[in-house]
Amino acid sequence: MLIRRSPLIVLLSLEIMLNGANLALIAFSRHYGQGDGQIFALAVMAVAASEVVVGLGLIVAIARRRLDLDVDKLSTLRG
Amino acid sequence: MIVASAANVLVWMVWVVAAFACLGTGIAVVSFSNPFYSALSLIGNLASLAVMYLLLSAEFVAAAQVLVYAGAVMVMFLFVIAYLGGRADAPWHGGPSWQTVGAVAAAAALFVEVVVVIGLKTGGRLSSSADIESSFGRPYEIGRLFLTDQLLTFEITSIVLLVAAVGGVILGSHSRDTPIAETEQ
Repeated sequence: MLIRRSPLIVLLSLEIMLNGANLALIAFSRHYGQGDGQIFALAVMAVAASEVVVGLGLIVAIARRRLDLDVDKLSTLRG
Repeated sequence: MIVASAANVLVWMVWVVAAFACLGTGIAVVSFSNPFYSALSLIGNLASLAVMYLLLSAEFVAAAQVLVYAGAVMVMFLFVIAYLGGRADAPWHGGPSWQTVGAVAAAAALFVEVVVVIGLKTGGRLSSSADIESSFGRPYEIGRLFLTDQLLTFEITSIVLLVAAVGGVILGSHSRDTPIAETEQ
């Protein structure tokens, strides 16, 4: 995630990380026999979906303004 | 390894296939230069994770993963990649910089640390998991927990989804007063 410069790839890598946390939650929920880990995994899934919506909306808005889709160049909040 | 007991070869084989598919597609996401292939690899990653959730008796979460993640989120990604076309990936900048080498070294160190700490802290306790009743992971149990013990999680999740939907609509709306290249007369 730190190497590729396209914000799309950054969002994909974020999804992988969130899925990793989900896997740990569900594995330990099974290990201790309680359903709470699965509930929290569902909440994480909802938050990840929301964040993808907002992130993709940002990317589309940036592309519509004909700016470079490059996270190194998009480092200020101006414009 | 979590579910593999002494004689259950089929479970172990499914687990090995799913785990290596998960790792391989994860690496493929960041390795492909075409962002379309990266998104497809992520779909493979989500599917192999759903198989592992099924192995862990989390049936509802596995179905939700396929429906929500692979079915909705990744379709959104693919739409945006198709919309962006050639602009989706920044041109490759040259060889790995010091930033790259530092990032890979930090990730490797973190991975080694996590494995060592988990190994030391749990000792032999991870080899036996709790007995679960037959309603574990079923929609009945998830629904019961959502409406009794985890009601706050339920309500907060709905608010988060509402906020994200409103934000998505606002981000996607064309604003008439900001000059965009194609609307200048």
